Amino acid sequence: MKHLDVAAIKDGSVIDHIDSKSTLKVADILNIQNEEQVVLVGVNLTSKFLKKKGIIKIEGKIIDQKEANKIALIAPNATVNIIKDYEVVKKFNTVIPEIIEGIVKCFNPNCVSNHNNIKTKQHVVNKNPIRLQCHYCERIMGAKDIVLI
Amino acid sequence: MASFQQRDIISIRHFNKDELLYILDLARRMEQMDHADLLKGKVLASLFFEPSTRTRLSFESSMKRLGGTVIGFAESGVSSAAKGESLSDSVRIVEGYCDIIVLRHYLEGSAQLAADVAAIPVINAGDGANQHPTQTFLDLYTIQKTKGTLEGLTIGFLGDLKYGRTVHSLAYALAHFGAEMYFISPPSLRLPGDFMEVLKDRKVKCHENESLMGISKRLDVIYCTRIQKERFADPVEFEKVRGIYRLSKAMLEEVGIKDDLKVLHPLPRVDEMDDSLDATDYAVYFHQARNGVPVRKAILAAVLGAIA
Ligand SMILES: [Zn+2]
Repeated sequence: MKHLDVAAIKDGSVIDHIDSKSTLKVADILNIQNEEQVVLVGVNLTSKFLKKKGIIKIEGKIIDQKEANKIALIAPNATVNIIKDYEVVKKFNTVIPEIIEGIVKCFNPNCVSNHNNIKTKQHVVNKNPIRLQCHYCERIMGAKDIVLI
Repeated sequence: MASFQQRDIISIRHFNKDELLYILDLARRMEQMDHADLLKGKVLASLFFEPSTRTRLSFESSMKRLGGTVIGFAESGVSSAAKGESLSDSVRIVEGYCDIIVLRHYLEGSAQLAADVAAIPVINAGDGANQHPTQTFLDLYTIQKTKGTLEGLTIGFLGDLKYGRTVHSLAYALAHFGAEMYFISPPSLRLPGDFMEVLKDRKVKCHENESLMGISKRLDVIYCTRIQKERFADPVEFEKVRGIYRLSKAMLEEVGIKDDLKVLHPLPRVDEMDDSLDATDYAVYFHQARNGVPVRKAILAAVLGAIA
């Protein structure tokens, strides 16, 4: 039998190949603290592709592409497996969306989005390297400027 | 070209070359014809959360000359904002009183926020250090009028290029017209690197210099901006640079310029341009300030659907 680092789930979603350091941030974005179901989080697991990887398993919840894309900014290599009766029935990669809402804080302290209690919004002007343009103040952020909310 | 009717005027980035030229053409028509009743019955709300008397008066004059009326306030201290009301709420309430909103605000992105909230058009009259698109339209109009064209000009931007939003917007707009650009500033006030990248991506020929020496003869236009003392941590540094960036008739003729050079400045000036320049054919900055009215008339009439 295949060795499992984190216990298997019967039905639900497994987010795999998360860069280990970003695992808890991904958990945050998916708002799993508020889930009723069982959630298993593993960090610093060994990986063929990444030095150390993180994994999140959510029992009883099917993550769709749109939701998965929210985490693409901080976990670009992540894959999502949908599990049914212990079997993988669907597998897909995360894709950086064209517009990012409510995830990244604008790095400009004088931006209206940092003052008016409104949802932040950025347009993805380049995916690799990542460049985000604030919908409001028009300033462009690079990877080093990205701070999650 | 997308229609201007009911369109928000937030950032110069939102307009392509044809759209820029369309507004300039409309501004020319506004200067040639009498349009006293064009916006009769229309109400403009002028919301100035930060003082800017000239921009405000220019919008008011434009609206009134087209037969419309103006309501509004000129500082946030007297408005509900002082009582803690959010900008979105202010906009939602005011839009019930008027046909168009002109907004000036100290926070960057405030005009876009207002436009997202309001069902009626919003014109950005300056959002912090970000955009002031009607200023850029009038800068373009002035260059086109005094040079005869916008195509293929060599422009020198002089002064504070780091914080000068008028410079950023005008450079962005002129990139549509194959301009070659010289950015002349003290090292500490250079054009921001990310903005330089944007221009280079758009294939603009850019140069950076610290003075006019050696390049002044190539320039068709100098766009001069104010260097503010507050930008310098060390007042001694400020004293060193202020002389280099002070344009006078004698100084320009000494470094050597084209006979038909035009000098623009968004005003107000402090001492970047000597009075000796005012009476020369080079100086077009007062003319430029006057162009605010036909340009804003054109934008108001187009957005309110009174002209096509
Ligand atoms: Zn912003």
